Amino acid sequence: MAEVVEVRPETSRTKTIAFDVSDWPGHRAGQHVDVRLTAEDGYQAERSYSIASATDASRLELTVERLDDGEVSPYLTEELRPGDAIELRGPVGGYFVWNPGAQGNVLLVGGGSGVVPLMAMARQRSAEGSTIPTRMLYSARSWEDVIYRDELAQLANEDGFDVVYTLTRTQPSGWEGYDRRVDRDLLAEVAPAPGALEVAFVCGPTPFVEAVAGALVELGHEPLRIKTERFGPTGG
Amino acid sequence: MSELMLDGNAAAGVLHEIFAVEMTTAVGTCANCGAAGEVGAVQLYRGAGLALRCPSCEAVLMKIVTSGRRAWVDLRGLRTLQLDA
Repeated sequence: MAEVVEVRPETSRTKTIAFDVSDWPGHRAGQHVDVRLTAEDGYQAERSYSIASATDASRLELTVERLDDGEVSPYLTEELRPGDAIELRGPVGGYFVWNPGAQGNVLLVGGGSGVVPLMAMARQRSAEGSTIPTRMLYSARSWEDVIYRDELAQLANEDGFDVVYTLTRTQPSGWEGYDRRVDRDLLAEVAPAPGALEVAFVCGPTPFVEAVAGALVELGHEPLRIKTERFGPTGG
Repeated sequence: MSELMLDGNAAAGVLHEIFAVEMTTAVGTCANCGAAGEVGAVQLYRGAGLALRCPSCEAVLMKIVTSGRRAWVDLRGLRTLQLDA
């Protein structure tokens, strides 16, 4: 069981929930946990959530987007309070994980709350004092929907890390960044040249991941260097 | 491509429960087309159970249905599955 120690809002639709798990074995950035809720009548609902935090003793954080018709996310974002305990299983996953030994350029491409496991990677990179050249490309609907804005600005001061935003629906006045969905031309400008890319991690809704991964392959990147993680509208 | 499609990463928890090792980095070979790749990268569809499909030919590699403490696993679509010890 995991005890809730903190709940803090990130955006109007997302909250970060911090847990203390006494026997937590540690995790790799990009891994996730399964959250299992059991009702009094025995009915169970289980969902998988990416871990947002770098590994840090018994503490871990999840950032959860509220899906109004979801079974699990409204409970996690609206009902949980510090002191509550819920059932977590994990960490799980080994395919979509940060490799601290990377030698070349790393590209992190997130759509919406797909940024969460990428944030764990950025935090892990920072915690290790790594200088692996890493660029994050973050697609959000609006500036208000950008999760971790302040912390990303801090991380972008660090050696070898930068963030490129594209705001697909509305933009603040004077916005000079990208204002469209991630496409091949945008990736040609933002991604390292084929051959210079060590690995790309792409996470978001399935259509986003398909479009980004497809465009990267069209640009000449090797498919095996493109790691993907998809989440669907049936989650929550 | 269906919006309902996920990938093998979403099955990491249930696969770990059944096989007791990390399965998203295991390499499976499709019995239909021979393509080989990591389980984390295959297509996944969720219905009454889970269906994992080959990203190259879309043949079903693995079907998993769980009920209570019982799991039913169909591996006919896999020629081989290579696990790290």
